Amino acid sequence: MTSLAPGSGPTDLQAESAPPSLPETVLDEAQRGETHADGHAAHPDLRLFGLATFLVADGMTFAGFFAAYLTFRAVNPLPEGSSYELELLLPTINTVLLVLSSVTFHRAGSNLRDGNGSGCRSWLLGTGVLGAAFLAGQMVEYFNLPFGLTDNLFASTFYALTGFHGLHVTLGVICILIVWAQARPGGRINQQDHFGLEAAELYWHFVDGIWVVLYGILYLL
Amino acid sequence: MTLASPSDFEPQGLQPQGWLKYLSFSLDHKVIGLQYLVTGFVFYLIGGALAGVIRTELASPISDFVSRETYNEVLTLHGTVMIFLWIVPVVNGAFGNYLIPFYVGARDMAFPRLNAVAFWLIPPAGILLISSYFIAGGAAQSGWTAYPPLSLTTPALGQVIWILSVLLLGGSSIFGGINFIATIWKLRRPGLKMMQLPMYCWAMLGTSILVVLSTPVLAGTLILLSFDIIAHTGFFNPALGGNVVVYQHLFWFYSHPAVYIMVLPAFGLVSEILPIHARKPLFGYTTMVYSILGIVVLGLIVWAHHMFTSGTPPWMRLFFTIATSFIAVPTGIKFFNWLATLWGGKLALNSAMLFSCAFIVNFVFGGITGVALAQVPFDIHVHDTYFVVGHFHYIVYGGTVFIIFASVYHWYPKFTGRMLNEDLGRLHFLLTFIGFNLCFAPQHWLGLNGMPRRVAEYDPAFTTLNQVSSIGALLMAISTLPFLINVVWSAFRGEVAGDNPWNALTPEWLTTSPPPVENWPGEAPLVTHPYGYGIPEGQLDLKVTTGRELWTGGRR
Repeated sequence: MTSLAPGSGPTDLQAESAPPSLPETVLDEAQRGETHADGHAAHPDLRLFGLATFLVADGMTFAGFFAAYLTFRAVNPLPEGSSYELELLLPTINTVLLVLSSVTFHRAGSNLRDGNGSGCRSWLLGTGVLGAAFLAGQMVEYFNLPFGLTDNLFASTFYALTGFHGLHVTLGVICILIVWAQARPGGRINQQDHFGLEAAELYWHFVDGIWVVLYGILYLL
Repeated sequence: MTLASPSDFEPQGLQPQGWLKYLSFSLDHKVIGLQYLVTGFVFYLIGGALAGVIRTELASPISDFVSRETYNEVLTLHGTVMIFLWIVPVVNGAFGNYLIPFYVGARDMAFPRLNAVAFWLIPPAGILLISSYFIAGGAAQSGWTAYPPLSLTTPALGQVIWILSVLLLGGSSIFGGINFIATIWKLRRPGLKMMQLPMYCWAMLGTSILVVLSTPVLAGTLILLSFDIIAHTGFFNPALGGNVVVYQHLFWFYSHPAVYIMVLPAFGLVSEILPIHARKPLFGYTTMVYSILGIVVLGLIVWAHHMFTSGTPPWMRLFFTIATSFIAVPTGIKFFNWLATLWGGKLALNSAMLFSCAFIVNFVFGGITGVALAQVPFDIHVHDTYFVVGHFHYIVYGGTVFIIFASVYHWYPKFTGRMLNEDLGRLHFLLTFIGFNLCFAPQHWLGLNGMPRRVAEYDPAFTTLNQVSSIGALLMAISTLPFLINVVWSAFRGEVAGDNPWNALTPEWLTTSPPPVENWPGEAPLVTHPYGYGIPEGQLDLKVTTGRELWTGGRR
């Protein structure tokens, strides 16, 4: 609220403008924050918040690609003999694998929070295998497609979209392996300190969600 | 309460001290802010030299000073350098990094390392961009918009380097945006509410939302464009079945919000400067906040007004005309709020204030031509003419760059502990103001009468006004000299400023000048009324918060 206090600072707040209950709480919280010698450790952990913001940005990149693809599809006719139809079986299996991997990653997380380290590692490994299987499936699909990158507009867009997403999956699998290694007994990630796992999990769910949209507009539409 | 000593506070004990820290990977937001400011200013000088080449070429109707290809490279580099290496980094990165942690009552940004990374992406990207001028084939020639198919037919290497550089700068911008959102939203000192923040925080929050939502779209688009250039795909190449209008849509989805990324922070900064030098509360705080949010929302849905001549269907023209015209409402609210802040104030017409007041004049002129350009029939008449050049220079130079100078005059005492020389400052202002208007006002007339932009030659009938414009540019170049002399000389010999030379209430002034590494020697102050100027103590009525009562309350 705009207001007209001439001075500023805590004294002022207590004397004039604060609701009755506020000053004590304020000072209390402030002191708690300040007692940490290290200024940076004093504030709440914002790394997940930062990652989520970054994923919004990343999602906008995909949104731009999707918008471009849908517009191309609506207004740009393809040359004779090419079409927007794609083989459905392999991508559908891939979709199932990826959705399943989100579930397994979630299980890994809840296992860790319950203190079951080895269970967590098993579920993580399962997630990694599912992710790798997805990538293998993608490769098989690439090698069996009837078109190459520069054949027509649809081909280029197809490779750009799936390729950009595939890069995300590859990065995700690498992250899962790192988290898996760090979750070993005595490693960096444990029941108390599991930021790495949560970050990888958030990222992985994001990549899966993007795939579901991509599958919908690229293969089904 | 015991305090953290600086060495305890800094997570890295081995940071260089003194001048060296400005060349290091420092994590201190104040150091990073000044790194942005100085780097940006160096690029401003480079971009200004490029502008000098343009105006020298245009002083005569024939192409005689540089070759046509060089002219195209120069105008491309001028636009790219000024936008991505001067205005965006300085008005966001420099002042944002320096001020936001103070304003939220924090010791640093939310992610200090990410912050340093974001800064250190800029010098290599800038050097990369400038160096492309010297390679075989030269720099990009397709303007800062890089529209295909033009950008597909000009020398490929320069264009690819341009894309790479803009991608790096976009990444830097996104990292900065993430950091600002987290800092303003999550890192506020306990007890400090959002609606108690200084206005610059709101401006930076809005700007950062735009950065995070729109910059990635540009990045994706430029990646596709680079595929078209390198791998000969046909996304935007009509010869291969592609669609150039899709590029324009995606490009302007970023580049229109980019206008607000450049000007919203300036709105925030001027809202800090005016109340202090007018000794009045900022008028209409709440409406200011909602105006910023309104501009953010509207700014995201008006991009196609840049494309009225690109075969956009009538319904699209109608929608984008109406939406664009609506932006005048929140912008007008802010404009009148600034006037009301000045009204009846005890104005100190120092350099910071002169630049700020000139900003209001310039910006309203650029804003009016902006609303005119939103109207389809008018836009079709002046599209790609010098009218557009005049319009956007009134926004980005008359608006933002004037505020950057105002901010330097205003915060220099905080940065260095010394005042800038007022006489040199006023000389700087006078030369800049006259030069700026002399340079860009005639361009509106030129555009209305049909002089196209981005062409090295023109109809000899336009010679006189082009020469006037070039003289204005020369004055602007000369105006930089008193400023440069002033900042260098004052750093060593300027009058000692003291902690709070302006008697300001915002938190960055409630500490030493320059501030200690932990920002405040003691606990961070809780500033709930950053604009409480000009009211005798004991006459406060804190229930009076809005409208006329608030305004007159200050002078009772």
